[in-house]
Amino acid sequence: MTFKTKLMASTAAMLIASSGAAWADGHATHPETGDVLASEQTFTYRDLDESPSIDPGVAEDSAGGDILRDLFEGLMNQDADGNLIPGVATGYEVSDDNLVYTFTLRDNAKWSNGDPVVAGDFEYAWKRAASPELASPYSWFIELMSLENASEVIAGDVEPSELGVTAIDDMTLEVRLTQPLPYFAQMTTHFTTFPVHKATVDAHGSEWTQAGNMVSNGAYKLTEFVPQERMVRERNEMYWDNENTYIDTVTRLVIPDENVALTRYLAGELDRTAVPTGQFPRLSEEYPDEALSVPTACSYYYTINLTDTGNPALMDPNVRKALSLAVDRDVIVENVLAGGQKPAYTFTHWATAGFETPDIPMASMTQADRNAMAAELMSAAGYDADNPLAVDLIYNTSEGHKSVAIAISQMWKQTLGVEATLDNQEWQTFLQTRGNQDYQIARAGWCADYNEASTFLDLMDSNSGYNDAKYTNTEVDELLAEAKTADNPQANYDRVEEIIAIDTPIIPIYHYASVNMLNDNLEGWPVNNFQQNWYSKDFYKSAE
Amino acid sequence: MTAYIIRRLAVAIPTLLILVILSFILMYAAPGGPFNSDRPLPPQVLANLEAKYGLDQPFWKRITTYVWSVTTQFDFGPSFKFKDRSVNDIISQGFPVTLTYGFWSFIVAVVVGVSLGAAAAIRQNTWLDYLAVGISVGAQVLPNFVLGPILIIVFTLWLGVLPGGGWNGGQWQYLVMPVIALSTSYMASIARITRSSMLEVLNTNFIRTARAKGLSPTRVIWKHALKPTMLPVISYLGPAFVGMITGSVVVDLIFSTGGIGQFFVNSAFSRDYSVIMGITILVGSLTILFNLVVDILYAWIDPKIRY
Amino acid sequence: MFPNKATVESLEDAAHMAEVQGRSLWGDARERFFRNRAAVVSLIVLICIAAFGFLGELVAQWERDFVDFSLMGANATQGVPSFETGHYFGTDASGRDLFARVVQGTRISLMVGIVGAMVAVIVGTLYGATAGYFGGRIDGIMMRTVDVLMSIPFMFVLILMLVIFGRSLFMLFLGIGLISWLDMARIARGQTLSIKNKEFVEVAFATGVHPLKIILRHIVPNLLGIVIVYATLLVPSMIIFESFISFLGLGVQEPNTSLGALISEGNKNVGNGTPWQLAFPLAFFVVTIFAFFFVGDGLRDALDPKDR
Repeated sequence: MTFKTKLMASTAAMLIASSGAAWADGHATHPETGDVLASEQTFTYRDLDESPSIDPGVAEDSAGGDILRDLFEGLMNQDADGNLIPGVATGYEVSDDNLVYTFTLRDNAKWSNGDPVVAGDFEYAWKRAASPELASPYSWFIELMSLENASEVIAGDVEPSELGVTAIDDMTLEVRLTQPLPYFAQMTTHFTTFPVHKATVDAHGSEWTQAGNMVSNGAYKLTEFVPQERMVRERNEMYWDNENTYIDTVTRLVIPDENVALTRYLAGELDRTAVPTGQFPRLSEEYPDEALSVPTACSYYYTINLTDTGNPALMDPNVRKALSLAVDRDVIVENVLAGGQKPAYTFTHWATAGFETPDIPMASMTQADRNAMAAELMSAAGYDADNPLAVDLIYNTSEGHKSVAIAISQMWKQTLGVEATLDNQEWQTFLQTRGNQDYQIARAGWCADYNEASTFLDLMDSNSGYNDAKYTNTEVDELLAEAKTADNPQANYDRVEEIIAIDTPIIPIYHYASVNMLNDNLEGWPVNNFQQNWYSKDFYKSAE
Repeated sequence: MTAYIIRRLAVAIPTLLILVILSFILMYAAPGGPFNSDRPLPPQVLANLEAKYGLDQPFWKRITTYVWSVTTQFDFGPSFKFKDRSVNDIISQGFPVTLTYGFWSFIVAVVVGVSLGAAAAIRQNTWLDYLAVGISVGAQVLPNFVLGPILIIVFTLWLGVLPGGGWNGGQWQYLVMPVIALSTSYMASIARITRSSMLEVLNTNFIRTARAKGLSPTRVIWKHALKPTMLPVISYLGPAFVGMITGSVVVDLIFSTGGIGQFFVNSAFSRDYSVIMGITILVGSLTILFNLVVDILYAWIDPKIRY
Repeated sequence: MFPNKATVESLEDAAHMAEVQGRSLWGDARERFFRNRAAVVSLIVLICIAAFGFLGELVAQWERDFVDFSLMGANATQGVPSFETGHYFGTDASGRDLFARVVQGTRISLMVGIVGAMVAVIVGTLYGATAGYFGGRIDGIMMRTVDVLMSIPFMFVLILMLVIFGRSLFMLFLGIGLISWLDMARIARGQTLSIKNKEFVEVAFATGVHPLKIILRHIVPNLLGIVIVYATLLVPSMIIFESFISFLGLGVQEPNTSLGALISEGNKNVGNGTPWQLAFPLAFFVVTIFAFFFVGDGLRDALDPKDR
């Protein structure tokens, strides 16, 4: 017996023992698809790094979000296409002024210790997340939700009990907002809004998230957790929809090196791992059923410092535009990244819900025309081979960012004679340099908080804290403000994208795709979920 | 001897203090902070975090509070990054892992290294000698970040006999590759030192006499040559042992063993001040301890040395 | 990772001998060195590698930072090593000529090794000589400081330093050099203690020569033999160390590169059908370090009376 089969045999034995042999029957079929289910229903995936926290109120990264969507369940869930479906709440009502949401909870939701999940658990969790005492790095999410008194609670000016959320009774939760938010219900799928079991937190303090202590209400419960190594989540028998859950055990392994992770995937140790930059073409040829590229809600761009600490030459919009024109995005997405990403001429991701990518003139030109136009703009600005423009480009340490920076600096050099100095900075240094406008051109990426164009375009607002270019344009500010209350904001978004294309405070480069190897027996992956929010309870493994 | 040990331990305290202060200054001089992220936190949220972790205090107060809680309560504080965990938690989870594979690597390096070196010396200028020298130099020059992934490709992907990484409570299958990757370069150094040291010993009058008395070659080597040969080897073992613990950075990153090396590198990058400090103090203490152990061993083996 | 106590001790013996033997030592040593075949071959190899690193660009057909966009993404099929395309070693993952990059990587790795070793040797020798020359309390304090510094986990401190001050060649030289001067300081001090009672030093002292001048003019030259041997053994350690730093992503900046950075990058793509990206830099790395080891061993044996 090889080691691998031994391992599988012992895991299977453990599963039979722990899950009451419910799914150990190899002949069971999936009721909807009719697929024959594999006898072993496990899902093992890889994370790059350990998440800072798996406390819903404190968690701050998307990998932590993946874990929390398995362990906990919020008011609403997303389906495979990203649409809202009931979670703990069966539904909600909105007042006429769109300021009060009333959620009705299901009566059969239970915590993993058997306690019922009540509205008070949500009220407690939200107030806890906002409280200065917990000091959660994600408390701003409560503020983003525009809950009544959110800013004041975070600032410590009023008690957390004043937050605009109240449990009317065990089954009814009332939420009061300060402004209408069309996407508010979507936000209740986010981990910061997940309920927390107060008795457990009171009993264990900050150690309540450790295996053995944690009480959760999701489809899975935490059974083993060794930080930076592995986490095992097993079926939560108390979960209200337990009988429609197929995967028994979800194992998360931390593997920092993506190439090692790929080797281990190919050896059959993992069901899912990221494809290293540049390896997608080969992998999709060799494993066409496993290499998977789906659009995901992030945009990759270069931001240009427009303050007086920037490069004086870059204050000229035409020079910036020339730099943007000379970037051959097709080469970047097809040859450098080669993972199904799409070239970006707009900041907003092409797949954003309700967003039609406007016609930016640059997008429909050929690269030869763009290069010619770029060269023209450059020489008009007074730069040529004898008087080349010199710029500094910073990016944070990563193979992918490095490859993109190398390619773009060469495009600038070969088409425009621009001498770009590359400066690779370690993450924290990079954040400080960029945040203090101590740069000329910097790499940046932005991922959507919710599935609507304003999550991207709000960065172009003069007052946005994330506007690292320090770009100010009153027309853009007005258009964005107007879009907030407009019935159809598309026209405003079109105009903002057009202005950005002309002023070029940022150079959009590509729209992300999430590129993974996925076991072809694992069914139910939400390929159409734009934010790639997946729930292990929706998966099942078909027999080979 | 006891007085010597006490004196050495007394020096260790100011040494550690200097280390703490030096690392503390270096750390806070670093750009960025533990709470920076791609999307800057709103000022109020940042203020809450800084208040919670004591970063709103003046520098001198932070360092005195820190030294006080470390020395009196052995409490290294909460981790700035892993918000559900304390540094004590992280070290008590990661250090046993590092210690386990570090220990086995040490054993393997010493046993294989000494045998290889001794064999080469005894059969000087034969094919065995050349082979041993070749292996040891080869093992020394192949970086372990190249060796590690190759091991995984061979043993996990091709042969399917070993798991490709992880720790899983330290079962032997999970130990094999980390130990190979970590021990090779040390094994090579030990083999080289043993070889040259043994050659030297074998040429001394004392061994020549033993041979002339007609003692069997095996007896000469085991009874007489081995002990003096080990002297320079032992002086290498102290730093080597500590080196295996610090060298665990690569092993942790490639085999995802969850050891302390990975925590250190990550904490340096994410400015997790308390974890950096905790691990630096731990490794510093170990270095001091093992230097002392080596000196004591040295005195024990070589009675000529007096303290 | 760095020359260990055992080497250090045998070096002390060697240098002691050297000093007793006086001038004739150099001639003897040279003769002994050239009788060691492995060392001589290694020396020739090293000279060739150095020539490759410093003159290789004359042979390269491409600039080291020129990206051939037509090859990008098609490395496995079109970026193969070939004389026709002028990419003798193929191309790297970004479509750049690997030959030109290996040339530059070799140069930088050699420079890191040699400059790092020089920093260590200069600082260590001056420090040790000063401590040994003055003796007494100054010596006590200076050598206790060395003891204290030796207990500091320097690899950790170096990672911190590179993180804090940003990466640059200068930081690498400085950081790596500063880590390894401690052993040199100990050796130099030991030697100085015996040299300082020699007549020529006493005469110099009696005639009122400035202490600094005595150290530089009379003591340091007499430490030269041991310093050279130690430095030769230090260089490969430095190169290995730099490769580790590159693996962590803290090495030199693009478009510059080092052998360590090239190996680390090639290693990532080894499964992607481009084995030459690992093979060429690794071969240069291994051969360089082999050669330094053998030359170092040869030099030590040449200066080591015990082997005669």
